[in-house]
Amino acid sequence: MLSIQNISKIYSSKSGEKPTIALDNISFEITKPEFVSVVGKSGAGKTTLLKLILAEESPTQGKILFDGIDVHKIKKSHLSCLRQRIGVVFQDYKLFPFKTIYENVAYVMEVMGAEEKEISRDVLQILELVGLADRVNNFPAELSGGEKQRAAIARALIHRPEVILADEPTGNLDPYNASDIVRLLNKIYEFGTTIVLATHNKEIINSLGKRVITLDEGKVIKDEKRGRFIL
Amino acid sequence: MLTSFKRIIKTGWKNFSRNISLSSATIFIMVMVISLATLLFIFNPISKTLISILQEKVDVSIYFKEEVSPEEILEVRSEVSKIPEVEEIGFISREQALEKFIERYKDNPVLIESLTEVGYNPFLASLNIKAHQSSQYEQVVKFLETGPFKDLIDKIDYYQRRPVIEKVFSFTAAVNKTGIFLGVILGVIAVLLAFNTIRIAIHNSGEEISIMRLVGASNWFIRGPFLVQGVVVGLIAALITLLITFGACYGFDSKVRAVAPEIGFFNIFLANFWSLLLIQLATGIGLGTVSSLIAIRKYLKI
Ligand SMILES: Nc1ncnc2c1ncn2[C@@H]1O[C@H](COP(=O)(O)OP(=O)(O)OP(=O)(O)O)[C@@H](O)[C@H]1O
Ligand SMILES: [Mg+2]
Repeated sequence: MLSIQNISKIYSSKSGEKPTIALDNISFEITKPEFVSVVGKSGAGKTTLLKLILAEESPTQGKILFDGIDVHKIKKSHLSCLRQRIGVVFQDYKLFPFKTIYENVAYVMEVMGAEEKEISRDVLQILELVGLADRVNNFPAELSGGEKQRAAIARALIHRPEVILADEPTGNLDPYNASDIVRLLNKIYEFGTTIVLATHNKEIINSLGKRVITLDEGKVIKDEKRGRFIL
Repeated sequence: MLTSFKRIIKTGWKNFSRNISLSSATIFIMVMVISLATLLFIFNPISKTLISILQEKVDVSIYFKEEVSPEEILEVRSEVSKIPEVEEIGFISREQALEKFIERYKDNPVLIESLTEVGYNPFLASLNIKAHQSSQYEQVVKFLETGPFKDLIDKIDYYQRRPVIEKVFSFTAAVNKTGIFLGVILGVIAVLLAFNTIRIAIHNSGEEISIMRLVGASNWFIRGPFLVQGVVVGLIAALITLLITFGACYGFDSKVRAVAPEIGFFNIFLANFWSLLLIQLATGIGLGTVSSLIAIRKYLKI
């Protein structure tokens, strides 16, 4: 369902220094619903890979097929259909600064055209699940880092997307919260959703015992069925 | 579909009321732009009335010597009426001139008395000529001065009025030229100003718009609320301007009437009410929505 084919991404710098090679000829396949972790040092290219899947950036070379469709050939005005099928936890959260936490999460369902009743039921339920039930009417600026992160997770899950791209979703969480979130992602995976988890959290990777793709300086150096965190 | 539509309107209204200070700033600028449009629009009927009033007052009178008989004058009249520039000729006989004088000054015994002292009718018969355009008087007068009737004519009351006539003529031309020129320049400035205000307002939401794109909102779902906001701002601004226009016309009315009773500001307002309302609404809503659409474009690229 997700096919990464010879993807390279080179960021040309504006100030005339030498360009950054963020991804260097990467290929891998996700055929059936799968829980895939992408690990690698800071700057290895994890976020870049997720941005390319979401068509937020376009590749310098190669293509990415989502259900057989080249995502970078989709017209900008039609990208919304692709993105509605993907839930993203952004590394920098990207919560709507002028919307409350409730509105942040509800927005994704509004986009899909859900009914008001359905929305309020689901949103309250998921905010309860990530432990933000008493933060419903606060704005993102009024939340702690970990709370923002949990709000971002709630927003990525709410519309039951086919694929979840989670970029360092536990980076700001304490170990208890972090394992809770990973357990939640694992449960969603068991219901048939593909999860792509980018992280450098060693314990999480080792406890999962699932497929691990290791990136280093933009290259895939390992792709193991039951991987461990080794750098 | 209907849910989305309702949602877009609700969100637009919520954004409008949440950012009330920014909204009021935009409304304020918009009121100025619409006022300008109104001014340009209303200037036209006002200047037209003014010009036609002045043109009405411009004419040429030809006074005939005492011994010229009415028959001869009527002959001149039929000759002059053949000149294509002439619009209208009125004949005032010596008796009519006298009657007019008595009628006008009947409350002034001193003047009436001096008239009886003179002992005979001192007024001259005259032809009163109106041309289609003020620039054409020159020709008519030349014809009379040099033509076959020049011996019958006592004096032509044109040179006395000439400065007035020429002023009217140049005023008419100047009003048209500068009016259009100034209007276009001010209009461009005002539109840019309004557009810029809206651009800044949308720039504030630039980050939100990018995130909306990333979580899968379609372009129209994103644009919708901004359009609604543009409509609301335009609508409120148009109504405020209408009230201001009403107040201004009402206030000026009596003052202008005191000087020039023929110009009724308030009547002009009433006569043009619907087109005025239409122009104000179109300016406000059109500017609000089009500016939003243009300003939002660059944030939809992601
Ligand atoms: N917009 C950009 N312009 C230029 N260079 C960029 C840009 N985005 C990323 N890079 C560079 O590309 C490389 C990969 O960045 P990326 O964000 O994918 O790393 P990462 O693996 O997500 O790191 P981290 O674990 O710290 O989040 C880095 O060297 C980074 O500096
Ligand atoms: Mg990253």
